[in-house]
Amino acid sequence: MKRPRIRLAAALALLTCGVFAWSGAGLAQQTTQDAEKEIEKYRAMINDPMANPGYLFVDRGEALWSLKRGAKNVSLETCDLGEGPGKLEGAFAKLPRYFKDSDRVMDLEQRLLWCMQKIQELDTADVVRRRFGGPNNTSDMQDLVAFIANKSNGMKYQPQTAHPKEAEMLAAGQALFYRRAGQMDFSCATCHAEDGKRIRLQGLPNFSAPGKDAKETMGGWPTYRVSQSQVRTMQHRLWDCYRQMRHPIPEYGSDGITALTVFMAKMAEGGEIQVPSIKR
Amino acid sequence: MKKLMIAAALAGLATTAVAQQRQKVDPAVLDKYFQSMFGKANDDWKARVTQDQTLKDCDAHGNAPPPKLFDEIVAREKATVKFPADGNVLGDWKKGLQVANRGTGGQFSDAPGTYQGGNCYACHEMAPTELSYGTLGPSLKGYGKARNFSKDEAKATFAKVYNAQSVMACSQMPRFGHTKFLTEEQIKDVVAFLFDPESPVNK
Repeated sequence: MKRPRIRLAAALALLTCGVFAWSGAGLAQQTTQDAEKEIEKYRAMINDPMANPGYLFVDRGEALWSLKRGAKNVSLETCDLGEGPGKLEGAFAKLPRYFKDSDRVMDLEQRLLWCMQKIQELDTADVVRRRFGGPNNTSDMQDLVAFIANKSNGMKYQPQTAHPKEAEMLAAGQALFYRRAGQMDFSCATCHAEDGKRIRLQGLPNFSAPGKDAKETMGGWPTYRVSQSQVRTMQHRLWDCYRQMRHPIPEYGSDGITALTVFMAKMAEGGEIQVPSIKR
Repeated sequence: MKKLMIAAALAGLATTAVAQQRQKVDPAVLDKYFQSMFGKANDDWKARVTQDQTLKDCDAHGNAPPPKLFDEIVAREKATVKFPADGNVLGDWKKGLQVANRGTGGQFSDAPGTYQGGNCYACHEMAPTELSYGTLGPSLKGYGKARNFSKDEAKATFAKVYNAQSVMACSQMPRFGHTKFLTEEQIKDVVAFLFDPESPVNK
């Protein structure tokens, strides 16, 4: 699909200026708020599929979804993401959730790995190695998540907690959210349990209670990170949080990350999904 | 007076902490999830995320322990504080500014030998000229001046930075000396940054 490149470049340049103005030194809080408003304007400007670079990932994900590969040489099109085989609309809004076939609660990335292994009989080692895209490699996971999450746009988060294993995940996710450890004694709650706090000049969303912060944050993830030129998934976001919390590298696709995601989705219940969004 | 202030601070913590009902989780179940994330870490990293009794107590009480436990934790943490052998808690405020400003070190992405900074500005306002500061901790603007540059107050501040929980049980502030994130010299430099009359904190 052709894209209006000049418009995209101009919009990105503007956004970058906005981000620099925001994070630059010597700014009073009022200036920060003004800058935030400006960034909001630029975001609105590029918040259409023809200008948002995140949609390049969506397009690649669409191609990967129907690509035949693995020992079985079949596509992922029969993969059941919870709403029935191959049904993508609204699937992301109800993830993570319990899957009977695996007898596990899975987030989108765990589920995609499962489908690759079971349906395609694909050796996922390379997919996992490229779990986070960089300057020299694309990430199938980022692409697929962008494509599939986008199919829930305009829908609201409907966290699934009725199954006992989902309820266990929710409780464990909340406990992990508050668990202090590492050389700094940090937990997620150290930064994300109160309204209106900042680290340096960066605003910190409150995820400890249901509300606007959780809805807006979760409703905008996966997101295109301008500073990284990548669409990032929640697995990546939490990996980065644990890095800053001075914890060890969290295992990709582990149940702990999924439990935290269940907890955050619960706090974001009813939040509208609009992805991939654009963030700094 | 001090006790009253602590009680008030605790009450404040308690009201924010009950925003969302905390569910009870079997420690074995929680550990299963924790191990799913960090079970493959090496022994050094594992030791860093193994909770000591104080963190276990703080987690169990939402960082608002009852008074008796509060005193127990403070006594336990106070015993960990090692003051400089010569009794001098004031280092070089210019180096302290670096410690306060820099937030590198201790992350799994850091190369070995990466400088470990205190990153005080992430959470605290300090020199009024630095406007890029966080609000998770209280403002420390004019800290030494407000305490008449007192030697006893400087010593108390050394203890506070060395181990915040030796003063306030379950404080959210890292125990910088106790967990060996900062060296004795770095802590002295930070105390000087707060207490030197020439430091921008007191201008």
